Amino acid sequence: MKIHEYQAKEILQKYGVPTPQGIACFTVDDAVNAAKQLGGRIWVVKAQIYAGGRGKGGGVKIARSLDEVRQRANEILNMRLITHQTNPEGQIVHRLFIEQGVQIVKEYYVGLVVDRSRQRVCLMASSAGGMDIEKVAAETPQKIHKIFIDPIAGLNHQQAEDLVQKIDIPEQTWPQAIVLLQDLYRAFEDTDASLLEINPLTLTTDHRVIALDAKMNFDDNALFRHPDIVALRDLDEEDPVEVEASKHELSYIPLDGNIGCLVNGAGLAMATMDIIKLYGGNPANFLDVGGGATTEKVTEAFKLMLCNPKLQAILVNIFGGIMKCDVIAQGVVAAARDVQLTVPLVVRLEGTNVDLGKKILADSGLPIISADNMADAAEKAVNAVKTKSNSLKE
Amino acid sequence: MSILINRNSRVMTQGITGKTGQFHTRMCRDYANGKECFVAGVNPRKPGEDFEGIPVFATVEEARQQTGANVSVIYVPPPFAAAAIDEAVEAELDLVICITEGIPVRDMIRTRYKMQGKKTRLIGPNCPGIITPDEIKIGIMPGYIHKKGRIGVVSRSGTLTYEAVAQLMALGLGQSTCIGIGGDPVNGLKHLDVMQLFNDDDETDAVLMVGEIGGTDEEECARWIKDHMRKPVVGFIAGVTAPPGKRMGHAGAIISGGKGTAQEKLEVMESCGIKVTRNPADMGKLLKSAL
Repeated sequence: MKIHEYQAKEILQKYGVPTPQGIACFTVDDAVNAAKQLGGRIWVVKAQIYAGGRGKGGGVKIARSLDEVRQRANEILNMRLITHQTNPEGQIVHRLFIEQGVQIVKEYYVGLVVDRSRQRVCLMASSAGGMDIEKVAAETPQKIHKIFIDPIAGLNHQQAEDLVQKIDIPEQTWPQAIVLLQDLYRAFEDTDASLLEINPLTLTTDHRVIALDAKMNFDDNALFRHPDIVALRDLDEEDPVEVEASKHELSYIPLDGNIGCLVNGAGLAMATMDIIKLYGGNPANFLDVGGGATTEKVTEAFKLMLCNPKLQAILVNIFGGIMKCDVIAQGVVAAARDVQLTVPLVVRLEGTNVDLGKKILADSGLPIISADNMADAAEKAVNAVKTKSNSLKE
Repeated sequence: MSILINRNSRVMTQGITGKTGQFHTRMCRDYANGKECFVAGVNPRKPGEDFEGIPVFATVEEARQQTGANVSVIYVPPPFAAAAIDEAVEAELDLVICITEGIPVRDMIRTRYKMQGKKTRLIGPNCPGIITPDEIKIGIMPGYIHKKGRIGVVSRSGTLTYEAVAQLMALGLGQSTCIGIGGDPVNGLKHLDVMQLFNDDDETDAVLMVGEIGGTDEEECARWIKDHMRKPVVGFIAGVTAPPGKRMGHAGAIISGGKGTAQEKLEVMESCGIKVTRNPADMGKLLKSAL
């Protein structure tokens, strides 16, 4: 789960991490009032969307007067912000964050993630902050310094000191920077975060480092113990189809092709997308119905796929183990009737009670195209799309 | 020999009184030598009871002492599953198989830390389990699709493993042992660990390795194979079409920071002399061609 920058900063402040003063707003008037309340002579008007790269996309702007705050807020609020992390249509800005301007001496990067091969939390830092950190990592990996944290002892003073030295933070700032890193780690650990990024961590004219930006993601599996974080979820930021899918415990991700896939199991679902592509088609989605698919779940899955205007065919690929093929077949037939299917439907069943399942499909009277294996299924789905588009041309 | 488990393994179920634990313990007991193999259950609130004749104990330690069980399978709900693994490790079992899906990563990091220097091996979490066909099955895979043979199978997923097994079976190839190592980012045995075991197993002639996007486990395994493996290995990686930054169902299946793409994994595997296919319908054929 993701949250907004201002929410991440509120969490970090509780752990003692210094940030600029700021106020989140939903309207232009609120933005101007926020600037007044914050005081000073320079403010930053920041779009609050989950995606990164907001600055480059025009979602972060400096204002040097209250009139300018109004002007900037007007420009940014409700704009369609396109960054390298949003989808091509961009994301509409519904929230703003007004912050006091900060005199920047130097910018650093600090990030915390789980390192899979070491099975530890990894603290990364770099003196090349403020820029595109993915680019730094790809082109000059030696500029990113990493330490792996002992899960029981936590981030110790020595490790933190080594790191602040390596990224060339001035010596007089070390004590404060070390505490800041330890506070960041505590925040990461306590909240079951999966990502915590401060880019940039800024050295100010008064020799302090502060978190100028903050990004936090959380482990979905741990949300049950963080109701306060769940309450921060902003559904405006999420794809409505994905939100609907999660209500039915379906794992659904829209893609840009036209062949919908309904599969049990994540690995098999990916493999199904891959084989569609291999046979010259394009998958419209990833959809894992999980191990215990019921008729209701299959019906919901069909409805989700049919929300996609580009959809031209559906491929159902089920390997029945514990989940029996006849039960799935009944679900598919019921769902196809219920949603009044208008696109070709290719079904491949394998596993427990497969013959019974195939018979149910054949006896249903529905125009279901039955396939014997994955390759056959992919080929039939791709051909169904071709035939459909040819007949439209005629 | 097979690897990790055989007809002489003695198994306890942690979480035997839950719906899932009951269902699968019954299915496993009814498979091959299951009746002799599944000897105990654990539930701290129900010691002294039994599940269809299988005695239930309060702790793993007690179950081990009373029945000689050396393996545990876990169906405990996610908030308590890591603690269940810890308990099995403390009791010094040989092998723990954690089926539970949805364990917080932080819990698994701590559990893996505590496992350092201990004898217990862990399969999973979030996995289908392990089967040595016609001897013993520990987990949720359908037993009947397998047959005893000489091919090892290791995979990060569930149904895609069944698909691979079905393709082998269609070509008349049975399996020595099939292992699903699970789809979580922080887990127990990795491709590499399982590959080492297959390499040393005189009943395994070749290995089918099924991977997916995310992490670098397949690459690490491939590099080891290049220098050490004495048997043919073939592979498939799911997720060539998966977009970066999107989690494909499994918590571990995500391309992040430009790392963990299927393309990269396939290239590393090929450069290490492993035959790979981009077609998931060709896994069985490819393995057969390598024999």
